[in-house]
Amino acid sequence: MKKVIVLGATSAIAQATVRLLAARGASLYLVGRNAANLEAVAKDAATRGAAKVESQAVDLNDFNAHEGLVDAAYTELGGLDGVVLAHGVLGDQAEAQKSWEATEAVLRTNFLSAVSLLTVLANRFEAQKAGTIVVISSVAGDRGRQSNYVYGASKGALNVFLQGLRNRLAKSGVAVVTVKPGFVDTPMTAHLPKNKLFASPDKVARGLLSAADARKNEVYVPGIWALIMLIIRTIPEAMFKRMKL
Amino acid sequence: MKSLESWGRYPQVEQRTHSLVWRTDNLPREGTPLLPHGLGRSYGDSCLNAGGTLLLTSGLDRFISFDPSTGVVRCEAGVTLDMILRLAAPRGWFLPVTPGTKFVTVGGAIANDVHGKNHHRGGTFGRYVRRFELLRSDGSRRVCAPDENPDWYGATIGGLGLTGLVTWAEVQLKPISNPYVLQETVPFGNLDEFLVVARESEKDYEFTMAWVDCLARGKKVGRGLLYRGNFAPPQFDGLPLAKSHLSHGIGLAVPMDMPAFCLNRLSVSAFNWLYYHRQNGKPTQRLTHYDPFFYPLDAIYAWNRIYGKRGFLQFQCVVPYDTARDALKEILERSSRGGLPSFLSVLKTFGDIPSPGWMSFPRQGVTLAMDFANRGEKTWRLVEELDRLTREAGGAVYPAKDARMSPESFAAYFPRHAEFARYLDPGFSSSFWRRVNPVSLPFSLEAERGVAAAQPQSLLAIR
Repeated sequence: MKKVIVLGATSAIAQATVRLLAARGASLYLVGRNAANLEAVAKDAATRGAAKVESQAVDLNDFNAHEGLVDAAYTELGGLDGVVLAHGVLGDQAEAQKSWEATEAVLRTNFLSAVSLLTVLANRFEAQKAGTIVVISSVAGDRGRQSNYVYGASKGALNVFLQGLRNRLAKSGVAVVTVKPGFVDTPMTAHLPKNKLFASPDKVARGLLSAADARKNEVYVPGIWALIMLIIRTIPEAMFKRMKL
Repeated sequence: MKSLESWGRYPQVEQRTHSLVWRTDNLPREGTPLLPHGLGRSYGDSCLNAGGTLLLTSGLDRFISFDPSTGVVRCEAGVTLDMILRLAAPRGWFLPVTPGTKFVTVGGAIANDVHGKNHHRGGTFGRYVRRFELLRSDGSRRVCAPDENPDWYGATIGGLGLTGLVTWAEVQLKPISNPYVLQETVPFGNLDEFLVVARESEKDYEFTMAWVDCLARGKKVGRGLLYRGNFAPPQFDGLPLAKSHLSHGIGLAVPMDMPAFCLNRLSVSAFNWLYYHRQNGKPTQRLTHYDPFFYPLDAIYAWNRIYGKRGFLQFQCVVPYDTARDALKEILERSSRGGLPSFLSVLKTFGDIPSPGWMSFPRQGVTLAMDFANRGEKTWRLVEELDRLTREAGGAVYPAKDARMSPESFAAYFPRHAEFARYLDPGFSSSFWRRVNPVSLPFSLEAERGVAAAQPQSLLAIR
């Protein structure tokens, strides 16, 4: 990935990924909602050795802006060969259970806006017959649990969409990489008590990039989550529904 | 409430934490005093805030700019010296002043106005801080520089994080031709010999420091090894690793708290004897990468854990040349008698280059740093005794390494403390600050005494 658009560039995992890409000398098109924060990330990337850094502050829930955004990235960087889609919200499960608006907001950001962006990007990549699309999903999409099934549903739906996209783009030489981090120590999880399973954004970013380099399909980062989620998925539903998870 | 430790792991206190993420964000309103906290490498309680809130700056770790033609780097306050070296050393720039660990933040280096092996040539870190932004709890932001808000600049350098939060800073690096240091080791037999060799070395060597054998007694008090060096000249540019910021990728780690019996008089004694006699009494010269030269202890991750759960107390003082010989001899003798001797002790001369920081610790004279395993009351009394000896010798003790200095000593060491106190952020405080200012009355003592003369019971009434 030499010319990369990073969607949700101010998220902790994206920032760590941007640093690694910058150190490799990649050109970057950074997209985030908050202009001041985005500028902080852009300057950091430029200082750390990125060949070129351009950025655009935009709310990705504005679907009408997506086509223009991708156009701008192609123009500014003179083409694209990589996508890191990292934007998302955790939402509040209790709030979402009470209100459809809260549920819809999570689905819009995590699923619908990703699908809208990937529709534009996938067509470009399919036409150019090259590129790597990396999407940050979550282990929460592997199985619905009462504690966060709205967030989980948005990521689960995303995973299925990506499976189909991967299947479609395989013949065009475009890699679609689904990255499923477990617990990550970020501002998104600042309110949660930490345990040994929490990984640093830097560790997740390294896992993400090595998966992208190897053009893998689906990866869990850190790897231990592949085992944990295998167990979680294997529990029979009759038993699972009675568990407190 | 979380228990975050200082590097000496003493004292242990409970405090809240708040992680800072963006330099443009405002400070949190916690209702308790705030204190910026970087990597927690201060040894005592100056980076602790019992009952208050620590503002964790590790999220403020972004660079803002670096100009390889001028060597000026601008970055957020949580950027570490290690990150700066990784960025700048391969491009021919080095830290103008570096302490003995690269795992400190730029904010911490400013707040403690840190010094290094080149103090006699380069002064303190604060001298190379071109400007920084200070964010106060009232939401105000000031860019501080020698010619812009100079009072805030002077109060904040060495100001122990108490004047507000430094969000970003701009530092002038210095050019190097390659990452190597030509190092020479010179043994000295006692304190008098050290003073001669050290003063002599200042002329031709940019970097000097000495390890001192804390167990030597009698005529050998103060014997040790002096390390002196300069960055290698350009003929060494072609060596392998010349573009690298690291000489060794593999470090050691102390995996757990060592039990107390690992560190006793016998093991300290053996270490010191071996260390001294490794040299065979002759000067030796060698070429070394800057990493082991400046940061030998960084290779042992979490070395502070060798002192076990109870931690240790550091003590670093500086005494003027005219009292140095007698005072240091007394201090070294006192500590070698006082139960458990210091495991690693360092001597160094400070030059007369002034710091812009009002509360800066380094001043002309000889500095001695020691660490003592925490054995409770006995150790505390020893360190308090050393504090008293330092005060009597007209010297000063380093707040970043202190857990025991008295309020009287603090006032004597830092004559500008009253002026400094006017620049404190009312929303900021630290365990150290409360310890050395135990009674902070809402009025001046002089005014209070004036009133007391008229109404004798007023002092009691105030309480």
